[in-house]
Amino acid sequence: MSVPAIELSAVLKSFGPVDVLKGVNFKAYPGKVTALVGDNGAGKSTLIKGLSGVQPYDSGVVRFFGEEVNLHTPREASAYGIEVVYQDLALCENLDIVQNMFLGREELLQGTLNEADMELQATKALASLSVKTVKSVRQKVSSLSGGQRQTVAIARSVLRDAKVVILDEPTAALGVAQTEQVLNLVRRLADAGIAVVMISHNLSDVFKVCDDIAVLYLGRMVAQLKTSETNHSDVVAYITGTKTQDGTN
Amino acid sequence: MSNANQPSLASGHEGTLRDQFSAYISRLKNGEMGSLPAVGAVLVLTGLFAMLSPVFLSRINFTNLFVQAAELTMLASALVFVILLAEIDLAAGVTAGVAMAVFIVLVKFLALNWILALIAGFIVGLAIGWVIGFFVAKIGVPSFVVTLAFFLGFQGMQLILLGEGGVYRIEVPEVIAIMNNNMPDWAGWALIIVMAVTMFALGVWDRARRAKYSLVNKPFSILIIRTFALLILGGLAVLIMNQNRSQGSIPIEGVPIVIPITVVILFICTFVLERTKFGRHLYAVGGNPEAARRAGIKVARIRIFAFMICAFLAVVSGIFHASRIGNVDGSAGHTIVLSGVAAAVVGGVSLFGGRGKVLNASIGALVITMIDNGLGLLQMPAGVNFLVEGGVLLLAATIDALARLRTGGSIVRK
Ligand SMILES: Nc1ncnc2c1ncn2[C@@H]1O[C@H](COP(=O)(O)OP(=O)(O)OP(=O)(O)O)[C@@H](O)[C@H]1O
Ligand SMILES: [Mg+2]
Repeated sequence: MSVPAIELSAVLKSFGPVDVLKGVNFKAYPGKVTALVGDNGAGKSTLIKGLSGVQPYDSGVVRFFGEEVNLHTPREASAYGIEVVYQDLALCENLDIVQNMFLGREELLQGTLNEADMELQATKALASLSVKTVKSVRQKVSSLSGGQRQTVAIARSVLRDAKVVILDEPTAALGVAQTEQVLNLVRRLADAGIAVVMISHNLSDVFKVCDDIAVLYLGRMVAQLKTSETNHSDVVAYITGTKTQDGTN
Repeated sequence: MSNANQPSLASGHEGTLRDQFSAYISRLKNGEMGSLPAVGAVLVLTGLFAMLSPVFLSRINFTNLFVQAAELTMLASALVFVILLAEIDLAAGVTAGVAMAVFIVLVKFLALNWILALIAGFIVGLAIGWVIGFFVAKIGVPSFVVTLAFFLGFQGMQLILLGEGGVYRIEVPEVIAIMNNNMPDWAGWALIIVMAVTMFALGVWDRARRAKYSLVNKPFSILIIRTFALLILGGLAVLIMNQNRSQGSIPIEGVPIVIPITVVILFICTFVLERTKFGRHLYAVGGNPEAARRAGIKVARIRIFAFMICAFLAVVSGIFHASRIGNVDGSAGHTIVLSGVAAAVVGGVSLFGGRGKVLNASIGALVITMIDNGLGLLQMPAGVNFLVEGGVLLLAATIDALARLRTGGSIVRK
């Protein structure tokens, strides 16, 4: 198998006396969607926050394409091309799609905003993901549906030339049709060679788009499986702790 | 993937003049009304007061309206920068008062050169803005409370600087000239032509840039129509102001000096808000501070800058005020700040943050000034004036809240 885009070994994180991550190993490969599942409080968000540099790990090794890296701030993470699409989206409703996609990294020409350049790039990024549901790229985000907002947030990471895209429950608040669209989008991200990590509580979504499934149970990675080699009830058993996989990782 | 170079999504620039017009109408219906209600109010008030008072549309009162409005426009524009962040600066008026007190003390008692004294006034303003911004952005005290504290404290500062009941005449002709002197006729015409040419040139420049990236442009006729509308309305105003409006034997004519000053400042503010990174980030922080932070924007810095700009423009409005009445006194700027907030909100600047422009605020300022001026001409008691202004503010804030519901935003402040 190829080199993992992200490889974590023996990652520890505790908050005071509470050990949240107790020696976690994890791999995510380019071109693959890796699901990160586990019950509430298992430590999924904590694992992600370490990768995005928001909340660094206490100890452990992080390898980025085989090379050991330090991720202490969001800036460092995004310099490596690690982008996070947060559960609560982080879009400005009063700005339009283009403005949101370029927020914080606006293109300038002679010191002023180069709107035309940004509009073209944003349109291309959306087109490359075959996004057709938005009416206009100059629509305000306040007028978009939940699925469309998720689409904009994901497309933003493409624009930033992401190597690794982490999605925290991207379909949590969506209806059937919109979930379908977002899952297709997730698949296309991976098909474009990006390593995608998707946190989800919805196993049918996971089985639909993910290549690998990593299961956290009380701060330990109890299994990292290929979707094709496992089934729904096994994964449930790992999540609830009734089954453990010896010798994984 | 095959059509990646052939963008298929629309951008709102497509279609004929008619399409653009119907798109505009549907935006209005969705609650994105901008300053249209305020423009309507200007028209209604003009009709109403013209009917009730023969003086209202006289040449002298027409010019006066704009001169008075300039003062409020400047303060309302100042407030736009903080209201866009869903903050408020109740101390804007007294900040101007303190800066003018410093100015007059330096000129009168220390015989400082008036330009240096004005600069000192601006520096005092910027420093106050910085301090307010620091309390709000770094310490996290709500701006309402911080600026209320400054509002009270600075009234005391004005008294201390100027003494109980102190009123000082300004004997600097250049400062007095701002509100009381007029430009030669040709300069008024030049102003309107420069404005139209600038508007047209910026429009052409934007179109050229879009064309360079092979993006669709709106019909050229829209730019032509807008430029001509400016030329005609502005030309009409200049025509009226260039006629003798004196009731005595010495002729008074020409566009007041304050008008080009105001136009230039409004242009700069609009440019900063709409075409620079800082402006974009200001709107972003106003819309969703957390999203702005995660996008790498230094939120605290934006907030502090906004309060500094607000204080700076408030000082400009203080200079206009002092120039108009010819003196500096210890109670300057105590009540105007609420009219400033009213003007911004009436003009369509949202108190929820993230929506509005300085031009909206200036139209709102015109509405408030017209009410003030018109009721004054009708010799209504001052009480009526306050009641009407309060009613208009309540109406505007209600429209704002309803529009926010319409556009799908939550009414809860973040
Ligand atoms: N800043 C913190 N201080 C103390 N404890 C924390 C902190 N952040 C997380 N925890 C604890 O760490 C554990 C794991 O939390 P985490 O948010 O990573 O879980 P999760 O797997 O994302 O759960 P969910 O599915 O509910 O989102 C929880 O018990 C939580 O209470
Ligand atoms: Mg979580």
